[in-house]
Amino acid sequence: MQKYSVFNLVKNALSNHENWDLAWKDPTPKKEYDVIIIGGGGHGLATAYYLAKEHNITNVAIIEKGWIGGGNVGRNTTIIRSNYMHDDNALFSEFGMDLWRRMSQDLNYNVMFSPRGIINLAHSDAQMNTYARRGNSMRLNGIDAVLLNREEVREIIPMADFSENVRFPIFGGLMQPSAGTARHDAVAWGYARQADDMGVDIIQNCEVIGFDVSAGKINGVRTSRGNIKAKKIGLCVAGSTNILAEKLNMTLPIETHLLQACVSEPVKPVLDKVVTFGAGHFYISQSDKGEMVMGGDLDGYNSYAQRGNLPTLQHVLTEGIAMMPFLSKLKMLRTWGGIMDMSMDGSPIIDKTHIEGLYLNCGWCYGGFKATPASGWTFAHTIAQDRVHELNAGYSLNRFNTGHLLDEKGLGTKTWIS
Amino acid sequence: MLQIKCPHCGMRSQNEFSYGGDATVKRPELGKEISDQDWDNFVYNRKSLRGKHWELWQHLSGCRQWIKVQRDTATHEIFKILKANEEIS
Repeated sequence: MQKYSVFNLVKNALSNHENWDLAWKDPTPKKEYDVIIIGGGGHGLATAYYLAKEHNITNVAIIEKGWIGGGNVGRNTTIIRSNYMHDDNALFSEFGMDLWRRMSQDLNYNVMFSPRGIINLAHSDAQMNTYARRGNSMRLNGIDAVLLNREEVREIIPMADFSENVRFPIFGGLMQPSAGTARHDAVAWGYARQADDMGVDIIQNCEVIGFDVSAGKINGVRTSRGNIKAKKIGLCVAGSTNILAEKLNMTLPIETHLLQACVSEPVKPVLDKVVTFGAGHFYISQSDKGEMVMGGDLDGYNSYAQRGNLPTLQHVLTEGIAMMPFLSKLKMLRTWGGIMDMSMDGSPIIDKTHIEGLYLNCGWCYGGFKATPASGWTFAHTIAQDRVHELNAGYSLNRFNTGHLLDEKGLGTKTWIS
Repeated sequence: MLQIKCPHCGMRSQNEFSYGGDATVKRPELGKEISDQDWDNFVYNRKSLRGKHWELWQHLSGCRQWIKVQRDTATHEIFKILKANEEIS
């Protein structure tokens, strides 16, 4: 594989960039693999990469119905953070932060990780108390957290609405300075390129039609490009988890919902942090191109549509304008939607299943992108060793049965309420 | 935007309704011995079908009645609407 470097950039410039290697191949599926990963999104590609890199398992296929990186890894708002209160979430996410910091070097691919910091705004004394508690919990787990008062927030984001007579005045905020953003597509492509180089087959335009299960063991998959055998199969299909679970006669604590995001026309640099509105569900950052990248609530009812409805967008942007009134002057450039695997407690599932050799990675709700490296790393461990790692021990499937829920937001089982 | 025909009020916009989830889930009967799995299925586990899906909506900014709607979760087409006390056939 050609290394991406300044030297190679100059060298290829001399031949008008016509002689670069393909970043990954387009192989024909083999009859059998050691491991099949279903889903060529960020999590699936990362899983294959860590299977090869950490566990030396390279006879691996990634099967993707569409094209790699075409789902949520290409549709998110690129936010990376580990500002969680519960230990399981905090330690898992902070492990991921370390992988993010090293990712561009590890993958020899510039993922443009930008640790610019995230601020969660507070709009009442009670919310400040809650954030103080969350910040203290984060710091006990070694995660950076700073509680900001109103004046400190004003210094950082003066464009927010600091007038006295607003419905949700800004009391302060909780900042995680090491949080940030990254170039989402580059994450998928970087993992794909390295996985391919280590021998992983990336098979696109290949739909899983069914599974070959006998005597409680998985033996392979039936696909639109023929039957493929494997003793170990991992599901990494986010919003399509329920569709595949139905083929396996499994019913999961997951519902599929639609989440929208949007970007404004590009403007000059105005916001150098990720900011979230504390009195509703709205978050915003500015991309390197200058677009304001925004998102918020789910559409609020089960959906596989991958496109959104206007009432939710209107609601979300109303919150945005309440927080930063200048947004009302901007034109919207694009809106889009992705389908989320909403779990019943808001936390993910990375676990074995009752079928031997079948592994499950789902339930990422709003937070799939930032979890990409840690999810791939722990899922690869779970598949390779046939046992969960301590980092994903809390993300078990049977926690719903035993009552060990990881309800970070304390919302209960109504996944569409945010 | 969805247009939902409330059986009590007629055709109204989605903005007047709030969502209540899968309408086929039934609470286990009272006074009977219930297994953990039954509770799991009632509280947590959902089929979340792609395609025709029976779901509960409440006409919150209207008559406040709960209704059952059969909607396609991929196209948002609405096929059937029932009052809350009518059984799904």
